Amino acid sequence: MIEELIGLLGKDNVLVEREDLIPYSFDATAALRRMPAVVVFPRTAAEVSAVLRLAQGHKAPIVARGSGTGLSGGSIPVEGAVVLCLVKMDKLLELDVRNFTLRAQAGVLTQAIYDAADAAGLFYPPDPGSMKVSTIGGNVAENSGGLRGLKYGVTRDYVMGLEVVLADGEICRLGNKCVKDVAGYSLKDLFIGSEGTLGIVTEVLLRLLPKPAAKQTLLATYSRMDAAAESVSAIIAAGIVPCTLEFLDSRTIRCVEDYAHVGLPLDADALLLIEADGHPAAVADEAARIRELCERNGATSVRLAADSAEAERLATARRSAFSALARIKPTTILEDATVPRSELGRMIRFIQETGARHRLEIAIFGHFGDGNLHPTFLTDERDADEMRRVEAAMREIFAHALSLGGTITGEHGVGLAKKAFLRQQFGDASYALLKTVKRSLDPHNLLNPGKIFDP
Amino acid sequence: MSETPSLLKSLDYSVLQQCMHCGLCLPSCPTYLETGRERNSPRGRISLMRAIADGELGATKGFADEMSYCLGCLACTTACPAGVDYGTLFEAGRAEAERSGASSNPVRFFIRVFTLRFLLFRPWALHLAGRLMWLYDASRLRGLVRASGILALLPKRIGELERQVFPIRRHFSDEIIAPLEKPRGDARHRVAVLTGCIQDIAFSDVNRATVDVLVANGCEVETPRAQSCCGSLHVHNGDLETARALARRQLDSLDPGSFDAIISNSAGCGSHLKRFGHLLAGDPVYAGRAAAWSSKVRDISEWLVEISFRRPAPPRSGPLPLVVTYHEACHLCHGQRITSQPREILRAIPGVELRECPEATMCCGSAGVYSLAQPETANWLRNRKMDNIRSTKAAVVATANPGCQLHLQKGFTTIINDRDPHPRIVHPIVLLAEAYHAQE
Repeated sequence: MIEELIGLLGKDNVLVEREDLIPYSFDATAALRRMPAVVVFPRTAAEVSAVLRLAQGHKAPIVARGSGTGLSGGSIPVEGAVVLCLVKMDKLLELDVRNFTLRAQAGVLTQAIYDAADAAGLFYPPDPGSMKVSTIGGNVAENSGGLRGLKYGVTRDYVMGLEVVLADGEICRLGNKCVKDVAGYSLKDLFIGSEGTLGIVTEVLLRLLPKPAAKQTLLATYSRMDAAAESVSAIIAAGIVPCTLEFLDSRTIRCVEDYAHVGLPLDADALLLIEADGHPAAVADEAARIRELCERNGATSVRLAADSAEAERLATARRSAFSALARIKPTTILEDATVPRSELGRMIRFIQETGARHRLEIAIFGHFGDGNLHPTFLTDERDADEMRRVEAAMREIFAHALSLGGTITGEHGVGLAKKAFLRQQFGDASYALLKTVKRSLDPHNLLNPGKIFDP
Repeated sequence: MSETPSLLKSLDYSVLQQCMHCGLCLPSCPTYLETGRERNSPRGRISLMRAIADGELGATKGFADEMSYCLGCLACTTACPAGVDYGTLFEAGRAEAERSGASSNPVRFFIRVFTLRFLLFRPWALHLAGRLMWLYDASRLRGLVRASGILALLPKRIGELERQVFPIRRHFSDEIIAPLEKPRGDARHRVAVLTGCIQDIAFSDVNRATVDVLVANGCEVETPRAQSCCGSLHVHNGDLETARALARRQLDSLDPGSFDAIISNSAGCGSHLKRFGHLLAGDPVYAGRAAAWSSKVRDISEWLVEISFRRPAPPRSGPLPLVVTYHEACHLCHGQRITSQPREILRAIPGVELRECPEATMCCGSAGVYSLAQPETANWLRNRKMDNIRSTKAAVVATANPGCQLHLQKGFTTIINDRDPHPRIVHPIVLLAEAYHAQE
């Protein structure tokens, strides 16, 4: 098969040496590793199609990958797999300013999408923490979220169309530039968040927004976590929808400041990073009301970012939170249990109690506005006893999130890391439906097999 | 040599584990940008080192090639939120590759034996070589050799080495700097100046300017004679033992206790000089002195800002407007995290408009002896750097490392049919010294 792959793609686009493969045996997920058989770099949908047809003939599993920044093991190879790395499909194809759309190949970096839109006075809102590195194809496959979810939603809300290569090599184009389109099933939605198990996304058509005319960033400091939670409830109750409403606990604050040096208060117990955007007058009004609500609900100080450069530094610092937490312990396991916004305070208290009960160090940060928390276990994968306690705590946290009407994953996907908990969330009938869909699109189970669920 | 234990296996494992492979380093890495392959990225390289430490991979030729392909620019350490000490990993990785002998070739052999163990180990040998190179250039022998076509008859690698002969100063540092120079009034600080190797023979004017500026700012300056190499290139090329020997020699010749600061003006050297404490941490005799030394080392720009250097007044005839751009040497901005101080110095110079260069913190491809070992990547990076520099339309490029200075100078002078005049490549401290002179 290797010979045939080289024939298809050329020698430079097929990697087989051990030193080449080891670096593709993992993604950004902690403690998971598997060796692929070969890594290939297609440049067109036609090449992807040819590779899939070839793999079909050899019954070889296919694992799609972008920049490998996933957090649930979605792009970790299946043993002996062909890794289909799409980073060389990196062309921005069209920016349509009359229809507010952007068409790009799957390997274009999320940041490049944002920058291209921004240069034309437009706005692509989804901003996952890894946006400087992650590919848009990966974002679609994982339905990535980000800091702006509260007001602007997630990747799915901006996908108008897709080009997808199916397991048998057929190339399908789904969706179009129409704002309204009810022709047939919305098939593109089937592939968004499918984690490479139903087809390979090779091209995306994205919806853009006009760029907000003004932005204002606030940093509110708290000596009590509860006061931060109360401030958030008060802001939402006042009918204000900030663009971001981020929360950092004391551990996270210290790690982020250690890396980014943006002047975060090191003695704070909790911090809210809040951004309002929109019409300048509305933003000024919202910022003033947010400040007042924070102060009234126990903020010890509220600071306004001096300019857009400082606001950008603060947002970038926040995006580094997960990686910065790795400063404390050898292994950093990030979770994203999510609950309805109203249950956030309860969920945080449960996580803290669970951590204490199992003698574990858990840092918490996340998207307060949309209920998407990131409890982060600071541990050591070589300590078997501690890892058992981590697993026990994780099970309890997931179960509790579900009991509050939440989900086991808000934005990272199921992949390998959360597959054991999916049935609990779905219930038997829905879980069976997942398998029905998978079987009809990938009857030989070759696309990212064993991810999300076992067939 | 093979009986020495594996450096990666004996390394503190938590340094390897610190990398949680989030990938945020990828866009900062020049070699990953060039190939788009994970093995050419920081997290990919660390995964290979970890595989060796875990016994899953030997120190293969593939691994040695990878270590040689890494520039050691440390851009990843600035990008890394997790605080991975890539510098230490890189040194251990290169030493492991050398220990295995997996990637010997004539150029590497030349670098290791002739350059590192001979030229850069003996100050007299370096000076002699410098004199010979100067004569070769000044006597027009070089022109004759090149015109004769004899280079074409020699093996390709020798021809490449000939092209590495760089312009040498007529006078080296010891001839133009007195062992002790004092300021006019009372001395407010007592400092030692390190003259470097390449800096000493190719840019002794930078050393002279350094002493001028220090004296002008109330420093009494001691410049020891016939200084040894600091060992930075040795560490970078996996020769830790020679590096330790050179560090001990430095510590013998200069007592850090008698100075307020030890001044380096070469980013690559400074970055390494600050790590003597780390390098000799296990040395029962020298560990304490090495730590004291590390705490005293300052880059010249860092020191000047620390002592609130005097801003030159505009000359009576009025300052000449000058557009300057700044190229950040990797081992200054990533290795020492010094970014604002050189800019502060440039902005203090009357008439200077500092125009930022796109990708200012990206490596120019010089990277120690990288331009010898990996000429293709070094050239690709240099072309990218020169394009960025030209986009600023600056007449002057300030940069604080002799390797960058030589590499860029050569790049600009070898461009044929270039319509724009070549920018002057100069150390920021030379511009400051000139401004002090103009004021007088």
